Amino acid sequence: MITFEGAAKLYPDGTVAVDHLDMTVETGQTTVFVGPSGSGKTTSLRMINRMVEPTGGAVLIDGEDVRQRDPAVLRRSIGYVIQQAGLFPHRTVRDNIATVPLLLGWRRARARARAEELMELVGLEPSQARRYPHQLSGGQQQRVGVARALAADPPILLMDEPFSAVDPVVRASLQDELLRLQRELHKTIVFVTHDIDEAVRLGDRIAVFRPGGTLAQYDSPERLLAEPSDSFVESFVGYDRGVRRLSFFPASGLSPRQDVVFDEGTSAGAAADALGGEPWALVVTGDRMPLGWASATRLAGADTPLGALELVPYGHTFAVDTDSLRAALDAAVLSPAGRAVGVDADGRVVGVVSQDDLGTALWSVTE
Amino acid sequence: MIADAWDWVARVVEWGVTNWSHPGDPERGLLPRLTEHMRLAYLSILIGLAVALPVGLACARWKPLYPPVLTGVNVLYAVPSIALFFLMLPYTGFSDWTAIVPLSLYTLVILLPNVVDGLRQVPDHVRQSAVAMGFGPLRRLVRVETPVAVPVIIAGLRVASVATISMVSVASLVGLGGLGQVILSDGFRRQFDAPIVVGIVLTVALAFVTDALLVLAQRLLTPWARR
Amino acid sequence: MDILTGLVAWFADPAQWTGGSGIPARMGEHVYYSLLGLLLSAVVAVPLGLFTGHTGVGGFLTTSVANFARALPTIGVLFLIVLAAGIGLVPVVCALVALAVPPILVNTHEGVRGVEPSLRDAAIGMGMRGHQVLLRLELPVATPLILMGMRTAAVQVVATATIAAYVGVGGLGRYIVDGQARQDLTMMLGGAVLVVLLAVVTTLLFAGLRRLAR
Repeated sequence: MITFEGAAKLYPDGTVAVDHLDMTVETGQTTVFVGPSGSGKTTSLRMINRMVEPTGGAVLIDGEDVRQRDPAVLRRSIGYVIQQAGLFPHRTVRDNIATVPLLLGWRRARARARAEELMELVGLEPSQARRYPHQLSGGQQQRVGVARALAADPPILLMDEPFSAVDPVVRASLQDELLRLQRELHKTIVFVTHDIDEAVRLGDRIAVFRPGGTLAQYDSPERLLAEPSDSFVESFVGYDRGVRRLSFFPASGLSPRQDVVFDEGTSAGAAADALGGEPWALVVTGDRMPLGWASATRLAGADTPLGALELVPYGHTFAVDTDSLRAALDAAVLSPAGRAVGVDADGRVVGVVSQDDLGTALWSVTE
Repeated sequence: MIADAWDWVARVVEWGVTNWSHPGDPERGLLPRLTEHMRLAYLSILIGLAVALPVGLACARWKPLYPPVLTGVNVLYAVPSIALFFLMLPYTGFSDWTAIVPLSLYTLVILLPNVVDGLRQVPDHVRQSAVAMGFGPLRRLVRVETPVAVPVIIAGLRVASVATISMVSVASLVGLGGLGQVILSDGFRRQFDAPIVVGIVLTVALAFVTDALLVLAQRLLTPWARR
Repeated sequence: MDILTGLVAWFADPAQWTGGSGIPARMGEHVYYSLLGLLLSAVVAVPLGLFTGHTGVGGFLTTSVANFARALPTIGVLFLIVLAAGIGLVPVVCALVALAVPPILVNTHEGVRGVEPSLRDAAIGMGMRGHQVLLRLELPVATPLILMGMRTAAVQVVATATIAAYVGVGGLGRYIVDGQARQDLTMMLGGAVLVVLLAVVTTLLFAGLRRLAR
């Protein structure tokens, strides 16, 4: 547990970086500090490992003031990952990762074995052990940075905008990787970012900082999106927060309709009768794999089986059991028929959700 | 015209070959002058580096030290080499030191800024992560910043070695100077151009070989550097 | 202490300040050789460096040759030209040019090469022609580095112009060479001090030029 007790950082020129911060970071959780530049989020992070000394108040780790500890010894027990990874250019990947274990006096063979273990954990090929940092891509360098921070198995991991210098696709995979690692390792992670989407994706708890170094709101991601404490937080989380918040509600709460789903062998005329007033029929194979949409206006009077018609592509699907309401809404918006196709884990059609159905579900969520 | 030029080249080469060494007298000929040149130049560069490293580390560590030290080195560099060689004579006589002391002082004007800049160009994120991993100031300097500065230091050594190898010749005016002796005594004083040309060519060749050796050293020492 | 008082007395002697071998005359000669050598070098090296830097043609060859030209022993060049052309101004200025061209050439080339590609793109994108890019963008951006090369060259030229005395021409080197010949330490020191002063003034001048160029 990391506690900020009225922690403040005032620079001699009068700049207030952090203004009386009171908060508690829970052990084993990912806490994200988010805010615009100049809001003191990085300064607050760096108070934890004494890279910045507070000018007022205190920072405590498990009840002990960090200033009681020798900075170098303290830092060896706290992992630290930064934007450009900060890898040592003159050391191989393996020796970079082994840095802290060697500082702690481990034998070289043991430190190297540990480094190789960590390379596997963060998804690096063993063949990269003897490479130098400049031979790696940005995403790989960041993986090495994470591995190096984890090398001595520190209980706390500080991450200062670690993924903001890599392209969006790599960033997404690094975020997934971090989520997977955290499920395995249960570290106390403090993560700084200016990207609210990244914060919502990674954080168990999110602390929103406002310019001037004060805490605007400290909440779970869900509550942050549902109930921003004031207009600053509201504008910072963005006007589409309502839609983003749907990420926290499972699609399994929906009731997908079966009555507009037809086997490809069904005759067009029979389907038209069964549709009633519905404008679209979803055509599936014998084992319920989706084929496409058929418009009601093309079905009336035709005698051919549905499978022989020219179908409109069914677009994206959503997984009823694992996806969120946001994914279902996204699939419905993108679908040419205005309806989302819900599938099970094997990709078989469970049913269809119309925008109306989604509207009803959303209405109940916002209640 | 072309025949004349060819004759001239042949004459120069012939002089060089016949005077390469004298089996009877190991002190005469080009070879002992070349080795003397190498000895004076390499010792000066090594001593210069041995001074520039600790002074540069100190200047990088205590920043206010650097401007006055740099000014001092620059002023020293402006003292004509002939004057420094002459001024050394009363103290060191005709020993190697008369050439080596001024020459190693001159190398500082190149080596010192390179050591300091090399240490300063260590990327801030590298330094920050060293701090965050619990490196103390001294350990950081020795284990992280100095190794990362090696390419810049070697770049300085390359420039300094070419300059020093060229300048050794001036020491011939005080009776030292390796190949400079060939240029002055065998050539100029006898009004004979072949020794002068041979002296110049050998000096440039020595600079070339030394530079190649330093490039090789850099490849071996810093396999990690971007090229 | 003796040396210092001797030096002060040497400078204070009124005879030192008049006539053909007085300080003003020797200083004038020294400045003349140095300026001539430096200007000739700039006339050769700056256009050549602008050309290789702008076009990239022969850039590697030029900088390599220039780097090894730095290894040329100055007294070798000097004596060779004396043998060919006789004693006088020509060998001295030639030796100084051989000394000054490499740093100016390399810095000019690197200065133009070092202009950010995005700036060059912007200039071309605004419709500048090749020579306009060179004169309105690359030359101004490269100026600080060119001046730095000229400063390095100037300090070396001022210090090396002392060898003029060795081939019987004037300049401040006469005090050093004559002082050595007469075993007059004070005179040698006086000459050295004057050369250092001239070099310091040169450095300051270039610092001023650099500020103007900004």
